[in-house]
Amino acid sequence: MDRRNENILNNIDIWTIGLYIALVIFGWVSIYGASYNFDDSDFWDFSQRFGKQLVWIGCSVVIAAVLLMLDVKIYTTLAYVIYGFFIILLIVTLLVAPDTRGSHSWLVMGPISLQPAEFAKTATCLCLAKYMSSYGFTMKNIRQMVVMCLIIFVPMLIIVAQNETGSALAYLALFLVLYRQGMTGIVLLLGVCAAVFFVVSIRFGATPIVDSIPGETLGMFAIMIMAVVIALSMVYFYYKDKTLVKTISILGVSLFAVGIIVYNYLDVKIKFSYLAYIVVGSLILYLLSQAIRQRKWGYFLISIFVAGSIGFGQVSDYAFNKILQPHQQTRIKVTLGMENDLKKSGYNVNQSMIAIGSGRLTGKGFLQGTQTKLKYVPEQDTDFIFCTVGEEHGFIGTTAVVVGFLALMLRLISLAERQRSLFSRIYGYCVASIIFFHVAINIGMVIGLTPVIGIPLPFFSYGGSSLWSFTILLFIFLRLDASRKEYMME
Amino acid sequence: MINDSNDNRRYTISLIMVAVCLIYIIRLFSIQIVDKSYLEQSQNNAYLRKVIYPSRGLLTDRNGRLIVFNKSAYDIMIVPREARGFDTLAFANTLGITKADFIKRMGIIKRKSGYSPYVPQLFMSQLSDEEYGPVSEKLYKFNGIYVQKRTLREYNYHNAALALGSIGEVSKKQIEADDFYQQGDYAGQNGIELTYEKVLRGEKGEEILLRDSRGRVKGKYEDGKYDKKPVPGKDIELSLDIELQKYGEELMNGKIGSIAAIEPSTGEILALVSSPTYDPSMLVGRKRSANFAALSKDPLKPLFDRPMMAQYPPGSTFKTAQALVLQQEGIITPNTAYGCQHGFHAGALSVGCHGHESPLNLKHSIQHSCNAYYCCGFRSMIDNRKYKNVSEAIDVWKNHMVSLGFGYKLGADVPNEKRGYIPNSSVYNKVYGENRWKGLTIISLSIGQGEVLATPLQIANLGATIANRGYFYTPHLVKKIFGGEIDSSFITRHNSTIDPKYYEIVVEGMELVMISGTGYYSRIDSIAVCGKTGTAENPHGKDHSIFMAFAPKDDPKIAISVVVENSGFGATWAAPIATLMIEKYLKGEIPKRRKHIEQRLLDANLIKE
Ligand SMILES: [Zn+2]
Ligand SMILES: [Zn+2]
Repeated sequence: MDRRNENILNNIDIWTIGLYIALVIFGWVSIYGASYNFDDSDFWDFSQRFGKQLVWIGCSVVIAAVLLMLDVKIYTTLAYVIYGFFIILLIVTLLVAPDTRGSHSWLVMGPISLQPAEFAKTATCLCLAKYMSSYGFTMKNIRQMVVMCLIIFVPMLIIVAQNETGSALAYLALFLVLYRQGMTGIVLLLGVCAAVFFVVSIRFGATPIVDSIPGETLGMFAIMIMAVVIALSMVYFYYKDKTLVKTISILGVSLFAVGIIVYNYLDVKIKFSYLAYIVVGSLILYLLSQAIRQRKWGYFLISIFVAGSIGFGQVSDYAFNKILQPHQQTRIKVTLGMENDLKKSGYNVNQSMIAIGSGRLTGKGFLQGTQTKLKYVPEQDTDFIFCTVGEEHGFIGTTAVVVGFLALMLRLISLAERQRSLFSRIYGYCVASIIFFHVAINIGMVIGLTPVIGIPLPFFSYGGSSLWSFTILLFIFLRLDASRKEYMME
Repeated sequence: MINDSNDNRRYTISLIMVAVCLIYIIRLFSIQIVDKSYLEQSQNNAYLRKVIYPSRGLLTDRNGRLIVFNKSAYDIMIVPREARGFDTLAFANTLGITKADFIKRMGIIKRKSGYSPYVPQLFMSQLSDEEYGPVSEKLYKFNGIYVQKRTLREYNYHNAALALGSIGEVSKKQIEADDFYQQGDYAGQNGIELTYEKVLRGEKGEEILLRDSRGRVKGKYEDGKYDKKPVPGKDIELSLDIELQKYGEELMNGKIGSIAAIEPSTGEILALVSSPTYDPSMLVGRKRSANFAALSKDPLKPLFDRPMMAQYPPGSTFKTAQALVLQQEGIITPNTAYGCQHGFHAGALSVGCHGHESPLNLKHSIQHSCNAYYCCGFRSMIDNRKYKNVSEAIDVWKNHMVSLGFGYKLGADVPNEKRGYIPNSSVYNKVYGENRWKGLTIISLSIGQGEVLATPLQIANLGATIANRGYFYTPHLVKKIFGGEIDSSFITRHNSTIDPKYYEIVVEGMELVMISGTGYYSRIDSIAVCGKTGTAENPHGKDHSIFMAFAPKDDPKIAISVVVENSGFGATWAAPIATLMIEKYLKGEIPKRRKHIEQRLLDANLIKE
């Protein structure tokens, strides 16, 4: 071994490697538990899923070792080429891939099937890091912003076309990286608001506010209240304008207090949404008057936000009911728990929560879980692998996994921050963000907090594509980190 | 480290991650430690969900005769995980298979994608009542064996196979397009069964059974509180007269072709014969796939729905439509007469005609089916100065033809209907150059030959339109949906662009056809039938015989088209079949005088062996 390689081995981050190994091993144990058959199980049976996963793990070790050997410069040099290659590969996959449960994302080559969408994430991260670290890049240049967004959205759209919406959504995690690099936080806030408003407007789009009064929906009402609260917080946060916040809060609270009294004791059927409109209207007028009087654009923008939120709520309700096909609507409704399709997604979540909940503090013990073995969840060892952890290892096990992932993500951020090259730092944030998104959505789905979006739990879920792609994503960064001292860019 | 103004954002991002993980841990704490209900549920909440299939809607004919109904079939399901430790040999014997068969079947099941030993797997499909009855008691004793009841179709009449359609296992595409279906479900695959699938299928029910921690069934979950009863599919009354349909199929036996009969006042299809045909019960149950394969390989194409899908030049039947259009455009009047010297002769071009008196007026031109008359009339329309150019003339002509139901799908409720073909100006402009053609160039259109194509249903629909003196209703097979409504398009009247006053003379001409014209041999003494013979040129062999008719002349009850392929002149085969159908429908039986004609047709085999 030459000196350079020795140097790398000395500089490699032991903490990350340790967390990686721990998660992979725990993952394999869970897969073994999930696919374990009470009767005929041979530990080394490579035709069984846990046997195959062992092969994937073996390959991952080789991949990791190779990545650590490679010259670090190839990532910056080839970033665009790799990205271009994967864009083409994604398109080719879309065209030639056979139909696998409605998705066209698997390339089948003999006994091996790979999902290029998984690997394209790494390529996109490299490309994004290269572009954003290039000389003269600034968040203020519109043209560069457009290119930056295209780097993220192009692969995302192709993957949506492949019918792998879950994988595609993971690209949204990269906006955390943009935020770190100076993108205004408002974008993140608006993004979160849009997602929440959409869900709320659909979920409660047909629920009346009060049972006896038809014609107004809880969805729109909730959006109005949320928009007002967010707007007031912004006013308070940016301008410390206590008068405005107080006035509107008092107006709102008293209006609804009166409304409730009138409704309950005088039995007058008032429309609560009208009260909400009054509050929203007065807030907008107040904001506009402040904008003019104090000549502060911020007030104006906040009023736009309020009006926009309400418009967005209306539009998404309309789009959902009029533009989407009935079967697409059903799928979304099931995801949001509106339709009790206990056979599909709703059933899975219900069953997975029972499995996790029945694990209690210490779990039923390795291979002792019954729920995870008897139920009909097809993604038992892939998307719903966390159930097995919960059932067999209890709260201790699940907390350990969550804390393990948190430690890994925080470690990656601190590694990213110690980089001397912007490229490495951005790439490090990409890795942390993507892992974060997968962990948050996957575990959130299994415990009933996020919609059912089929994405794997990194290092845990069964499958070569998933494990290899996360290994590659992570080890490229570890390689960059190992040579952070010798490697200076620009 | 690189310094920049956003350094503190690393803390914001870290904080977001910590916050999310903290929320998740709190949630896990709540469902794993605080809330004890999940543990309880886990002990008695392993469900086995059994689908209960609804019975499919029944099909009756217009007189309430039951045509299609349901019979039960039983799928034997096995849950391999639970099926351990029973006597395989006894089980195999019960089902009448060998132990080797059993092992082979289990091997196939285990290799299927998505196999799970905990989920019921299809072991043997579609046992009939007779097969299942004797074994039902014995099967009960075997662990891990479940029976899934399904409904299959049974037929009282062995007719109208293509119109009725059949049900078969859903394809991947159907599953993807409609969340209603799961792998292994049945759905309509053609005919009425496909068009009215959503009406006929009903709603699935569900039975939730409880299983213990080892997977054994322990009874109903909460006493069936959450079970869902299946909702049966809606019954449908078809417009078909199944006896007439049956008679039509008998008459067409040994011939290739079709019969389409419509009630003019409603557009209801009375009979829809495609010949050769097959028994619809061939495509039911376990023999379905083998029979289907055999039928699709048959060189006579019994699966080809001829009345809806075959497209022929309508031949002389088209002259009635020409007579209407030429009158409407003011080219001819009932008194217009054209001479005929054994045909139409213009320079080198000749269209022959048979011997008859000359000149003929409009009524007699229909009676004698004079080619020269329509060549002259059509030519003087296309070359007429009243139109800007020939393109305009042909497009005016085309629009009239379209209003008579030609050139586009009629929109009947039988899938796979074909549209036929009526050329427009751009077709000829492309071939001959912009307006560099004239009436003579396309003269064969005048007698229903050349480019023009029509389906037998469209020809019958023309008969209905003439019978109604100017309008038609879209032909349809469904008369009534019990607990539902038929499509509004079937009760919308379509007026033709021809003034009703021009129809009467055509009707009189068609009556003369039967009294003393080309249809004389097939006349019915007691009914005023109006008819028109036709011959569709067939470049591949003997011409096709076509006949279009309606009856009675006043207040018509039936319009019909008959096509007999490769049988020559329309009067020989198609006309007698049509009038027998009319007589059967209106009178219920065939009088003695015409029994020999009936017998000759029933016996005739025109298919070359
Ligand atoms: Zn005459
Ligand atoms: Zn003649």
